[in-house]
Amino acid sequence: MAPPLELVVNDQKYPVHSDPDTRLLTVLRDELGLTGTKYGCGEGQCGACTVLIGGSPRRSCQVLLGEVVQPVTTIEGLEKDGHLHPVQQAFLDLDAFQCAYCTSGMIISSVALLTQKPDPSSTDIVQFMQGNICRCGTYPRIVDAIQRAAKSMEKQPR
Amino acid sequence: MSSLLNKFAREPELEPERYEFREAPIHHFALDRRDFFKFFGAGIMVFAAAKDALALQESGGGRQNHSEELPKEITAWLHIGEDGSVTAFTGKVEIGQNIRTSLAQSVADELRVSFETVRMVMGDTQLTPFDMGTFGSRTTPTMAPQLRRVASAARELLLQTAAKEWNTAPEKLLAVNAKITDPASGRATTYADVARGKTLAQRIPDEDPMTPASEWTIAGKSLPKVDGRAFVTGRHQYTSDLRPAGLMYGKVLRAPSFGATMTSCDISAAQKFPAAVIVHDGDFVGAAASSENEADEAIAAIRAEWKETSQPSSSELFSYLKQNVASDEPSDLTQSGSIPDGLAAATHRLEATYTVAYIAHAPLEPRAAVAEWKDGKLTVRTGTQRPFATRDALAEAFHLAKENVRVIVPDTGSAYGGKHTPDAALEAARLARATGKPVKIVWTREEEFTWSYFRPAGVIEIKSGVAADGKLTAWEFHNYNSGAAGIGTPYTVPNQHIEFHPVRSPLRQGSYRGLAATANHFARESHMDDLAHAAAMDPLDFRLKNISDPRLRDVFQAAAESFGWPAKKTKPGQGFGIGGGIEKSGYVATCTEISTDDARGAIRVVRVVTAFDCGAIVNPDGLRNQIMGANIMGLGGALFEAMAFNGGRITNARFARYRVPRFRDVPDMEIVLMDRKDIPSAGAGETPLVGLAPAIGNAIFDATGVRRTTLPLAPRA
Ligand code: FES
Ligand code: FES
Repeated sequence: MAPPLELVVNDQKYPVHSDPDTRLLTVLRDELGLTGTKYGCGEGQCGACTVLIGGSPRRSCQVLLGEVVQPVTTIEGLEKDGHLHPVQQAFLDLDAFQCAYCTSGMIISSVALLTQKPDPSSTDIVQFMQGNICRCGTYPRIVDAIQRAAKSMEKQPR
Repeated sequence: MSSLLNKFAREPELEPERYEFREAPIHHFALDRRDFFKFFGAGIMVFAAAKDALALQESGGGRQNHSEELPKEITAWLHIGEDGSVTAFTGKVEIGQNIRTSLAQSVADELRVSFETVRMVMGDTQLTPFDMGTFGSRTTPTMAPQLRRVASAARELLLQTAAKEWNTAPEKLLAVNAKITDPASGRATTYADVARGKTLAQRIPDEDPMTPASEWTIAGKSLPKVDGRAFVTGRHQYTSDLRPAGLMYGKVLRAPSFGATMTSCDISAAQKFPAAVIVHDGDFVGAAASSENEADEAIAAIRAEWKETSQPSSSELFSYLKQNVASDEPSDLTQSGSIPDGLAAATHRLEATYTVAYIAHAPLEPRAAVAEWKDGKLTVRTGTQRPFATRDALAEAFHLAKENVRVIVPDTGSAYGGKHTPDAALEAARLARATGKPVKIVWTREEEFTWSYFRPAGVIEIKSGVAADGKLTAWEFHNYNSGAAGIGTPYTVPNQHIEFHPVRSPLRQGSYRGLAATANHFARESHMDDLAHAAAMDPLDFRLKNISDPRLRDVFQAAAESFGWPAKKTKPGQGFGIGGGIEKSGYVATCTEISTDDARGAIRVVRVVTAFDCGAIVNPDGLRNQIMGANIMGLGGALFEAMAFNGGRITNARFARYRVPRFRDVPDMEIVLMDRKDIPSAGAGETPLVGLAPAIGNAIFDATGVRRTTLPLAPRA
């Protein structure tokens, strides 16, 4: 058996035994047990599997384990010392989900957006988030939540 | 087993809603008091039996004749523990419609405890009472009042118990905030103290007044979702996230096309994968392995041959539907007056045909199940809207007594009427039996798009007449295949003939949010628009002239007022439309503004105003979220969603080819809620959707002068 690869996820080092050509999504969920990242399509079309790799949003169903060199952040890594990330808090406060299956991907994508653009207009949001599907149709509340998170991060940068 | 899988896979569910009512089994829940308290701990327990429940359900369908047996049937119960904890049990499931929260609100309200005290146990065939399923917008109108009555009976029982201990009359005591006080003597005690050491079980009395909506303090408010934090942190475990020890991943070999039968199957190459277990049982062929990749590889190594049959394609769908009427089936028929007389009395006569495509639910969490066998007993966790029907299907497939099958529904990644069938549960259970380990099945997106079932397609033909004064004189309406929900016209017409014609559907079809009401409203409200123009009247005025129901009038007027109807065009390509109706005791009217781009034929919905009346509102924020969601979801079916199929294969079984609404499609939305505290609450998950498609079609007509009679309205845009 090949020696395990090493993956840094949410600031933690993991030895990983899956084949290098396994989808990152599968590794996160099935090997590391980080099931907050969801499968929605496996074709890069829905955004449910979005994670940050080196801070950039990537569809983990389209990334192979062997390609990952930078650290990965998943939804499980956003909460720090019992404090929700401002984006998580805003989603919670504005009830920006129904079944919430899309929520992990939405929150991670929003975090990526706010890193690139701390004060996005609603047009910026719509453009950036276009690749994330919410079948329950919670889009308007998600836009509001991102804007609220932007405000609270401006006051209290993380 | 395999023949049963086939039964569920092949049998088309004609007019699914009636189908569901008809098959509901009467379940005798043998409630054993001692077992109950052993399981849940001492305290106080109150339950509602089906007689009470039935009075609150408008289900009908031949259940009444079982009335002598009904007292055994329990529909909801509630337990107050020795620590004052309150647990309410219902067979309903949470699929994103927010009932875990709204039902807890109702219980808390009635029991006079804080919202946080109440825990809901839902959708577990071992712990919760029987329930037909979570569909048809029936949770709020039926389950919420049942739980309210149970909670109010529990409150009375607490008061009586305390009164007995204090040697006073229960009417003299007050129940507030989980405490009982006696204002006369100043004595006070908590619910926890009253429940301590007791094993009291009581059925709710026949007469048991509920708190009127005008006096609700917890229900009627917007409260944050129960478990909200688990969702935003990714901690909540959907079925597809479960990973019990020893878990194996299952995959099923699918036929190449609908209607194909297996002629030969060679699994020898697949058996060379040491880690995989292959099951070949009839024409069920599946594999389970310790990883998804291995299961995939094993399935890929199986050599199967199939005999395919000729299947209709989507390009010939509508003529196929007209030619395949299942004439032996009885069809719904409403008749009054005479159509020829009505047409003769008309000054304007119209005739038109409308079509609606098959569409997919495409819930973001695909069907999933985790099955595990232990000592001859089967436990399946699965995202289904019908846990008890799933249990029954499993019991039948594996020849088990129902008590030996337990189905548990984790809060699920949505369903929209699409998760009624037990497919994934059966598949996982079959593989788990072979492996002796827990097996998880998660359908791929392509499987979900192909092997689930679809909202029925349909053809609707209307013939109508209107008199010189703008009053309808004749209304003949034929619906082929899409269904009878919402088929009746809410307008006053003396001469009517309204008929539903079941058809042998070429695709597996079933329930869907709004179901046939969407198709029937689309046809009716598009047609009403054409009639208004024929009669040279404003579309709103024309409707109001033919409406006698005041609640329908009110929602039309409320939507129009908030929209600014009639609106003036200020830009090229702009158009305004209105549509609405009554469905499942809810009233809706929708106004839309659209813009067209002539060069590309693209349609953009710019603005939507929805006025909605569903009686007394339980959670306004949750309701707004539902209506917004219904509108956005409805936008897809209205504008661009349609299954494409050819030779028994779905040719757009991917999100890249099957367009669903995304951020950019979202219009400005305004929601006008008519809170009718004097009227019992109706469900709200579906009805808000039905006015949207016709309102958009009517706005396109307003902008372009061209009537589009097909759903989706703008498939290529
Ligand atoms: S699962 Fe990766 S984009 Fe849908
Ligand atoms: S909340 Fe259900 S898919 Fe977004």
